[in-house]
Amino acid sequence: MEIQKPGIAGTLESSDVQVSVEPLAHGIELSIESSVMNQYGRQIKATVLKTLERLGVKNGKIVVIDKGALECTLNARVECAVFRSAGASEKNIPWGGIVK
Amino acid sequence: MITRPKPQKNRLRRTMMFMNAQKPGLIKDAYIYGSDSIILDLEDAVAENQKDAARFSLYHTLKTIDYGDTEVIVRINGLDTPHWQEDIRCVVAGGADGIRIAKCESAKDVKTVEEHALAAEREFGVEEGRTLIMAALESPKGIMNAYEIVTASPRMFGCAISGGDFRKSMHVQIVKGGIEMLAARGQMLLAARAAGVQCFDTMYPNIDDMEGFKAEVSQNREMGFDGKSVVNPKQIQFVHETFAPTKKEIAYAEKLIRSFNEQVDAGVGVYTVDGKMVDIPFFEDAKRILALARACGVYDGDL
Repeated sequence: MEIQKPGIAGTLESSDVQVSVEPLAHGIELSIESSVMNQYGRQIKATVLKTLERLGVKNGKIVVIDKGALECTLNARVECAVFRSAGASEKNIPWGGIVK
Repeated sequence: MITRPKPQKNRLRRTMMFMNAQKPGLIKDAYIYGSDSIILDLEDAVAENQKDAARFSLYHTLKTIDYGDTEVIVRINGLDTPHWQEDIRCVVAGGADGIRIAKCESAKDVKTVEEHALAAEREFGVEEGRTLIMAALESPKGIMNAYEIVTASPRMFGCAISGGDFRKSMHVQIVKGGIEMLAARGQMLLAARAAGVQCFDTMYPNIDDMEGFKAEVSQNREMGFDGKSVVNPKQIQFVHETFAPTKKEIAYAEKLIRSFNEQVDAGVGVYTVDGKMVDIPFFEDAKRILALARACGVYDGDL
């Protein structure tokens, strides 16, 4: 998928994570801010990169503000932000395909 | 990745707790409160511009979180919205146990949902017929059509009245004693029992009024409901206690079944137990009470 316009998903509530994406010409630029950065920073980074790879996102600026979300929530927010940025979040989601 | 066991149409459903599918803080440990079912909500609890995000969240919740024996139902958006079709795809792909149809008004509504559930089961390789359906009756029309609704699909396991919307459409407020919804509750119960499905009462919205809540739950049981929607974990325990058969009921049921077996051997049909006339329907009811008591964890006898 291609990040076509800015997209954002998630909130700043406890146990949630806010993910915003915007177009970038070359490569992935990822910044992470987390209430549990010391313990989980590396894991958050790995999960976001894995999800982006699964979605086929090659270019984009990604900002993650984590409030102690579970991995499944982080996945859901990254996917939703990317699908929103591609204008494809409302229907015919490939459940079990690239979204899994 | 979690694969839930095949849902059962008939199971214990004393409490169904509502949870906003869009709030990770709530749904990640919803099962620890011990309600029999949880209802992950895509409808009213989710803002109009977050319906898409709620589905992503729901899908991953269903696939990752082990709810164990707790039944997982999803309330989908109304059939008059642009959301329900994708809701059904998401629910079926995620492997939820069932769909709660909001604002259900006719057999046609049920059949529409059934059709889309079947299409989604085929699309995602889920066993055909796996996804159960329940109907929320929220309007006078829904109540009037209760019987055709609950008999519209073999997937249908029960119906519930939704008090908030229903009271508004009847121009009434919640009243002590419940007279404002007496006719509707009664009609829905008749339809459910006639169809052999379960019947659930609406949630009690005043979370701090435990006295009013308890009075309503007791009345629910006296009227014959199978369970009740709850909106706060602190409401669960009282419902479970109230819907479990009492010690006295269990003892009587045991006595009845034992004596019935003896009488059948002696060739007698109608007789008395503790001075009350009993016959076959009493026997069937006694069996039901013991089965319910066993499911509620208050009976471990051998009958």
